[in-house]
Amino acid sequence: MAPQLESKTNSIGLDEKKYTGSEILLRSLVEEGVEMIFGYPGGAVLPIYDSLYDGHVRHMLARHEQGAIHAADGYARATGKPGVVMATSGPGATNLVTGIATAMMDSIPMICITGNVPLSLLGTDAFQEADITGITMPITKHNYLVRSIEEIPTIVKEAFTIATTGRPGPVLIDIPKDVSQAMSTFTYPEKVEIRGLFQPEAPTDVQINRLQQVIQQAERPVILAGGGVVRANAQAELIEFAEKSNIPVTTTLMGLGGFPSRNELWLGMPGMHGTYAANHALLECDLLIGIGARFDDRVTMGRIDKFATGAKIIHIDIDPAEIDKNVHTYVPIVGDVKQVLAAANETLSSANSSNWIKQCDDWKAKFPLQYDDSDENGLKPQWVIEHLDETTEGKAIVSTDVGQHQMWVAQYYQFSEPRSLLSSGGLGTMGFGFPAAIGAQFASPDRTVIAVTGDGGFQMTAQELAVVALENIPVKIVIINNQCLGMVRQWQEVFYKERYSEVDLSGSPDFVKLAEAYGVKAWRATNKEEATQAWKEALHHSGPAVVDFWVNPNENVYPMVAPGTGLDEMMMGDEEQ
Amino acid sequence: MSHILSVLVNNRPRVLARVSSLLGQRNFNIESISVGQSEEKDLSRMIIVTGGDERTLNQVSKQLSKLIDVIEVRTITESTSVERELMLIRVTSEPNVRMEIQGIVDPFRASVVDVGHDSLMLQATGDRAKLDTLTELLRPYGILEVARTGVIALSRELNQTSLTTVI
Repeated sequence: MAPQLESKTNSIGLDEKKYTGSEILLRSLVEEGVEMIFGYPGGAVLPIYDSLYDGHVRHMLARHEQGAIHAADGYARATGKPGVVMATSGPGATNLVTGIATAMMDSIPMICITGNVPLSLLGTDAFQEADITGITMPITKHNYLVRSIEEIPTIVKEAFTIATTGRPGPVLIDIPKDVSQAMSTFTYPEKVEIRGLFQPEAPTDVQINRLQQVIQQAERPVILAGGGVVRANAQAELIEFAEKSNIPVTTTLMGLGGFPSRNELWLGMPGMHGTYAANHALLECDLLIGIGARFDDRVTMGRIDKFATGAKIIHIDIDPAEIDKNVHTYVPIVGDVKQVLAAANETLSSANSSNWIKQCDDWKAKFPLQYDDSDENGLKPQWVIEHLDETTEGKAIVSTDVGQHQMWVAQYYQFSEPRSLLSSGGLGTMGFGFPAAIGAQFASPDRTVIAVTGDGGFQMTAQELAVVALENIPVKIVIINNQCLGMVRQWQEVFYKERYSEVDLSGSPDFVKLAEAYGVKAWRATNKEEATQAWKEALHHSGPAVVDFWVNPNENVYPMVAPGTGLDEMMMGDEEQ
Repeated sequence: MSHILSVLVNNRPRVLARVSSLLGQRNFNIESISVGQSEEKDLSRMIIVTGGDERTLNQVSKQLSKLIDVIEVRTITESTSVERELMLIRVTSEPNVRMEIQGIVDPFRASVVDVGHDSLMLQATGDRAKLDTLTELLRPYGILEVARTGVIALSRELNQTSLTTVI
């Protein structure tokens, strides 16, 4: 057990004790309730790691900074609390870049702490110097270069406030080595005023009345719920909103779990690999209520001219810049999704939607997601995901990498709770899933956490096996192994005349042996029988586990909408090409 | 079509970089940008002239507002604002054409601020169109160097339309 910090600072300044900058940093983090730092040491953060040695905050030593930041991200996605990651200057800092961009695109609250060379050496191309504040300017919500020890508490307070207020996002704090070595007294501010920080106001009665009026006039309404619902912890409010108004719901990839998949009003995911019902509801609706969704090109296919053309659009979002960015909005409501829905629910009555609901149910019945589940030519990846769903009753935390397996998880895992799907939706980062699962497992030790990955993505951050082995973190790693880069191969098959350029991953290691080399138990499965047995054992194993599912490499993700075409042009299966 | 944005920002290192980086990242075109002290001690005012349609302008404003160092973004309409730019321009000027150049300078209320053996440096203020015109008139004499500050602008006081024509 880590020793506790002996005393809180005295707010009237009686505490004259001097601390180093790194102690002040850690004390500030403790003040913010930080329990866990994910990181990797190096020269410029030596003082901070020296202070960490006293054990004020738990630290997970990753095996690559990218592993550390995705773990911090997974922690944040699973809890809603900011994930904290630390790395040294130069290469340590630049190795965070992919993870910062990943968090930025998906609005994940994160605090990224980097060391830098001493102030006197800044700008001299010193050893391991990189201008990380300059580099991360476009991929952080805000960033800081700390220029004096006195600034540390205020900057930390501001960073946490910015990361978690309004639309969340990553904030980076770059601390030169001499600043973390300097000495000063410590007082932590109770609050900070940040003039340039946008804080949404409560919705007005006028807005709520307008919303209800438009709903009453609609005959074919549909809700498009996005990641904002999850970020705002607004699942309960959304369920009440949809059920009271009797409006069907489609959830984007980031919104999965924001509305229970097993609810009758759920239409599935929309967009490029969306369900027939979801896409046709978007095409034919007369009212589209976007809630915490940003109408990105994987949903609209970038063809606004073919997207919800007959519909009025209500857009509820915490970020004013999302209003009218991609689609023209009839009723914009800027605000916290949870607050807006709660206000609307007070007086909401049902839309005149019963015929429309019948139409949607008809689509669901006629065009469900389907695949041939024969395991004659290898396991079907869709079957594997369905099996994971059945054995965990849709209640596990599932992280993914990017590509085919990600879409199959989105399609076939029936998420019932928010913060259960951890997936890089915006940036589409391979190598994200496994470390994110580690972070989530740290945050939720009692939940089943499954990292679904591919044989490609797993090799991008597989080194973190050392962490799960050493700390006995019971993450279950599911490799959907088709021995190729499946989604790229699928595109080459469909759009590039089967010219399979550089997608063959022959030469990958034996993942069972690889896991065992790290001391992680592992199984392989090539048919349903083996798969059922292996998964059962892995799921009940008390420690980390790897299951290498050898699947049919020719399987494609359907339905599919080709980029540049409208949602009405869905390919439902191989035979249609 | 170009628009003028008046942006109040924290007077801190790198704020200009943040603003211009954002404009570049979002593919917004900058025609000119000028920064200086504002009426508030710790704040600077940036005047950004940007191209694009109404929708683009709307996005630029909203994206700029998201920057933590940006306190306020206002659009300035040309018809209800005062727009000024300062230009220094050095033109070739043999002694025999100096009087001729002076004749061009006067109607523009420009002034000669430096005289060399073969050149004159002129200073002119006004809106962009005026400075463009002056530049074109001077071009035949041979322009050696031009430096312009970029546009600064302030909105005229609201509801005082009768006064706006006076100045």
